[in-house]
Amino acid sequence: MKFLPLVLANLGRHKRRTILTITSVALALFLFASLQTVVTTIAAGANFGSAHRLVSTHATGIVFPLPIAYANRFQAVPGVQGVTWANWFGGRYGDGKRFFATFAIDPKSYLEIYPEMVVPADQKEAFIRERTAALVGKHLMETFGWKIGQNVTLQGTIFPGDWTFTIRGVYVPTDPQIGDDVLMFHHDYMEERLNRPGIAGWYVLKIDSPDHAATIAKRIDEQFKNSSSPTKTGTEQAFNASFATMWGNVSLLMGTIGLAVVFAILLVTANAMMMGARERTREVAVLKTIGFGDRALFGIVMLEAGVIAITGAVIGLGGAKLLYKATHFSGGGFLPGFDVKPSTLVVGSVVAIGLMLASGLVPAVRAARLPVVTALRQVA
Amino acid sequence: MSLVEIRDVHKSFQRDTQRIDVFSGITLDVEEGSFLALMGPSGSGKSTLLNLIAGLDKPTSGTVRVASAEVSAMKPGQLAPWRARHIGFVFQQFNLLPVLTAYQNVELPLLLTRLSKREREERVTLALGVVGLEDRVSHYPRQLSGGQEQRVSIARAIVADPTLILLDEPTGQLDGKSSQEVLTLLRRLNDEFRKTIVIVTHDAHAAERATSVLHLEKGNLIRATGVPSLRASGEPAATIAGAR
Amino acid sequence: MKIPFMYNARSAFQRPVSTAFTAVGIALVVAVFIGMLALANGFRAALARTGSDNNALVLRRGADSELSSGIDRETANLIASSPHVALAADGRPLVSPEVYVLVPLVRLGGDSNAIGNVVVRGISEKAWDVRANVRVVEGRRPVSGRSEICVGTKIVGRYPHTAIGDQIRFAGRNWDVVCHFSAGGSAFESEIWGENEQFMPVFRGQAFQSISFRLKDAAAFEDAKRALEGDKRLQVDVHRESTFYVEQSRLLGNILQFLAIVITSIMAVGAIFGAVNTMYAAVAGRTPEIAVLLTLGFHPRSVLASFLVESALIAAIGGLLGCLLALPVNGFVASTTNWSSFSEIAFNFRVTPGLLLAGMIFAVVMGVLGGFFPARRAAKMPVVQALR
Repeated sequence: MKFLPLVLANLGRHKRRTILTITSVALALFLFASLQTVVTTIAAGANFGSAHRLVSTHATGIVFPLPIAYANRFQAVPGVQGVTWANWFGGRYGDGKRFFATFAIDPKSYLEIYPEMVVPADQKEAFIRERTAALVGKHLMETFGWKIGQNVTLQGTIFPGDWTFTIRGVYVPTDPQIGDDVLMFHHDYMEERLNRPGIAGWYVLKIDSPDHAATIAKRIDEQFKNSSSPTKTGTEQAFNASFATMWGNVSLLMGTIGLAVVFAILLVTANAMMMGARERTREVAVLKTIGFGDRALFGIVMLEAGVIAITGAVIGLGGAKLLYKATHFSGGGFLPGFDVKPSTLVVGSVVAIGLMLASGLVPAVRAARLPVVTALRQVA
Repeated sequence: MSLVEIRDVHKSFQRDTQRIDVFSGITLDVEEGSFLALMGPSGSGKSTLLNLIAGLDKPTSGTVRVASAEVSAMKPGQLAPWRARHIGFVFQQFNLLPVLTAYQNVELPLLLTRLSKREREERVTLALGVVGLEDRVSHYPRQLSGGQEQRVSIARAIVADPTLILLDEPTGQLDGKSSQEVLTLLRRLNDEFRKTIVIVTHDAHAAERATSVLHLEKGNLIRATGVPSLRASGEPAATIAGAR
Repeated sequence: MKIPFMYNARSAFQRPVSTAFTAVGIALVVAVFIGMLALANGFRAALARTGSDNNALVLRRGADSELSSGIDRETANLIASSPHVALAADGRPLVSPEVYVLVPLVRLGGDSNAIGNVVVRGISEKAWDVRANVRVVEGRRPVSGRSEICVGTKIVGRYPHTAIGDQIRFAGRNWDVVCHFSAGGSAFESEIWGENEQFMPVFRGQAFQSISFRLKDAAAFEDAKRALEGDKRLQVDVHRESTFYVEQSRLLGNILQFLAIVITSIMAVGAIFGAVNTMYAAVAGRTPEIAVLLTLGFHPRSVLASFLVESALIAAIGGLLGCLLALPVNGFVASTTNWSSFSEIAFNFRVTPGLLLAGMIFAVVMGVLGGFFPARRAAKMPVVQALR
C-alpha cells in the first residue's frame, strides 16, 4: 500500500490511457449490472408472493372470468379468512403510448388483503365511499402529474366506451414487487355500467396458515371441478412465478449479452495493461537498481491493474445502482422493483477483480522476472 | 549562384523559460557538385543546420535558399512535395520501414511521383545496383547487416534523383568496415554521378573523403583545411570549391 | 492513397496480440448488435407476415386486440353478406369468423411453472382459404363435429403431446391432434386451431372475437372500411389485416430495437476506447517510421489517412469476425410473450444480408472513430523532434 503513490503517479503520467481504460471498465460493468438486474428482477417477481394468500382463476385460462357468486362460497371454505377479487380492465389513457394496468376491485376487501398497499386513512375513506373513485399508484401519479380530485378518462378496449374516474387516493407499496403503476376503481361501478351479472378475473384468498395452503387449494378446485366455471387455485407465489415464465428466453438473452460484455472489456483492459508493460521496462530497471525486489515489482504492477479495475467497478456498478434508484426505473411497469441487488454488486466486483488478475498477471510476472542488466542495456 | 544559400541564419530554442541559442548569424554557400562535411562537438547545432537546409525546420531569423527556392519561407503544405523532389535524406538510425522489403523501402519516394510501375522498377533496380545490393531486393531490414541497411537508405535517398543528398551521422552506428563501404559509396556518388552531398559527422574518416570540411563550434562556422576562410557574420562568405 | 497499404497492413500484424485483442473486442460488439437486431427483426417479421394486404380484419369497436373483442353471430352474418367481401370459387363469401382465446399450457423442459399463454383459434372451413399463407404440412384438416385440433409448427416440439395422434387437454376436454400446419413463419404458427362450434361452448359462448375476410378489391379497402364502420347495425372497427398485425408488433419490436441500440452503443464506446489505445500505442511505437515518411515528403494528410486505414482494417477484421459469430444464431427459435396481445409467440432469429452489412459498416465506423485522434497525432508529428 505504500506503493500506491508510485502507482498513481505512473497512471497519472498516461492520463489519457488511464481515463479511457477506466471508462471502458466502468461502462462494461454498468451494462453488466443493468443486464443482470433484468434477470434478477424477473426472478424476484417469480418469487414474490405472500404465503398467506392464494390466487384462484378459471381453470381454462386466465382470460376467462369466474362468477361473483363464488365469493361467498370461497369464504365458506374452512381456513379461508378473507376473500377479494379483481378484474383486468384494459383501458387506454390518452394516445395509449404510456401503458399502465387498470383493475376493477372490491375496495374494502382488496385493501384489507393487501396491507402492503399503504393509503392515508382519509384517502382510503374517500376511495371506498365514492363509486366513481380511483386509487392510483404513486409512480403513476408522478408520471402524469395527476392530482387528487382530478378526473381521468380511459377508453375501454375490452369494455367499450369512455370511463371517467375521480382520483381520491394514492397508494404506496411497501414491497417493490407490488407495482405502483396501477389504477384501481370500483368493481360495482363496472357492473353497473355493463348491466350484467358480475364477473371476477381472479380471486385472492387470505388463509389462516401457510401450511394449509395445499389442502385448501385442492379442496376449492375439487369443489368446482364439474361446474361450468372450474377453478385453478394455488399460492400467490406460484401464480407470479408462472407470469415470470412468460418472459420466455429474455433472461437467457440478457445473461448471454452480459457475458459478451464482460469478455470484451477484459480484452480492452488487458490490451491497455500490456501496452503499459512495454513502456515500463526502463522504470522497472531503475527501480530494481535502487533496490526494489522482484516481489515489490510484482505488487506494483498488480496494484496498477487493481486501481484501474476497482475505480472502474465503483463508477460502473455504483452508477448503475444510483441511476436506477434515482430515476425509479421500472421498465415501463413491466419490471417493478428494478433495483441493483447486492448479489449483482458482488458478482460485478468479482468480475472486476478477475479482470485485474487476468490483465495484470502477465505484465506483473514479467516485471518481477526482468533481469536488471538487460533492462538497463535497453534503456541506454 | 550556389545550390544552397544560407544567409545570416539564427536558430534558438525555448526550453521552459530559458532561451537557448544554437547558432547565430551563419552565412554559407554550397556549390553544386560539392561534397561537404559538417563537423563539430555534440550540441553544436550541425544537425539543426542540416534540418534547416532540408526544410524540416525553420530558422528563427535569416533565409535559406535551395536551388533558388526560399525554403525558410515555405508553408508546411508546400514543403512536403518540395522535399520529395529535391532532398534525399539519410538518418543515423537507418529508419527503414521494418515491414517492407529493401525494394519496397527504396520505392517509397517514387510513390510520390507519377511514374508508372515499370518506370519505378527501373529506378529502384538502378539505385540498388549503385549501392551494390541488387541481390538483396527482397530482404527485410532485419535480414540485413547494419552497413547493408544504411546502403539501402542511401539507395532510397538517391532513387528519385534529388537535387541534394543530406546525411546525418550516417556511419554513427556502423563498425569500421561498414563505415568504409558507405563512405566509398558516397565518394563515388559525388565523383561519378556528380551528386551534391552534405554530411554531418563525428567521424574523421568521413571528413577525409569529403572535398571540403567545415567545423561548427559554439555556433560559429570555422573553416577546416584547404579552404579559404569563412567569416561568421555580415559579408557573403567565399564559396566552397566545387567538383574538380 | 500514396502510402502503400501493405505498410499499414503488415504493421498491424507486427503487433499481433494488440491487434487481435482490439479486433475481438469489436467483433463482440458487432455480434451483439447483429444478434439483437436479428431478434427484433425476427419478431417483427413473424408478425408482419401474419397479415395480408388483401384481407381485412373486423373487431368490435374500440377493441385493441382480438382478445378484447366480441362479435355476435348476427353481425358476422351481416358482414359475410357485404359486397366488399370477395367470393370463393364455389360462390360462397371468403369470410372467416373466429374465436380467439388464450389457454395456459405447460411448456416442455424447464419447471412445471413454465407456462405459455397459447393462442387457441376457432375457425370455419373458409379460414384455410382466407388466410392464403397457411397450409397443412402433416395430417389432415379437423373434421367438423369432432374434438379435433390442428397445431402450428412452432408449437410442435415446444409443448408436450403435440404429435399427430396425441391428445392435449384444455378447457376440461381432451382434444385429438390431427394435423400440423405452417404459415410462412408468421405468428399463426404459434397457434392451435380447431372448429368454432367445438370451442364456443367451452370458452366464451356464442360469440366470435374477430372476422377476417378477403377484400374483393384490395385497393378499395378504404371504401370497405367506411361502409362497414358506418353501418349502424354493426359496431365495428375494420383494419387492414397486414397493418393490424404490424401494429401489434410495434411495442415489443420497438423495445427490442431500443435495447439493441442502447446496449451496443455502450459496448461500442468501450470497443472504440480499445481501438484508441491500440492506435496511440502504434503511433508511439513507430515514431521513427512516421518521421521518415514525413521527411521523404509524404504529405501529413497521407500519414493521417494511412493510420485511419490501419485502424479501419483492424476494425473490419473484427467486423467480419463478429458477423461469423452472429451468423449461427440465424434460425434459432426464440419465444416470448407479446405483451400487446398477451399471447405467446415463437419466432426465428433473422439475420439478413442487410444486417451483416450494417454490422460491417458499424465496425469500420468504430475503427475510424477510434483511430482518428492517434492518426492526427501521427500526421502532426514534429519531424525534427522525432528524429532526435
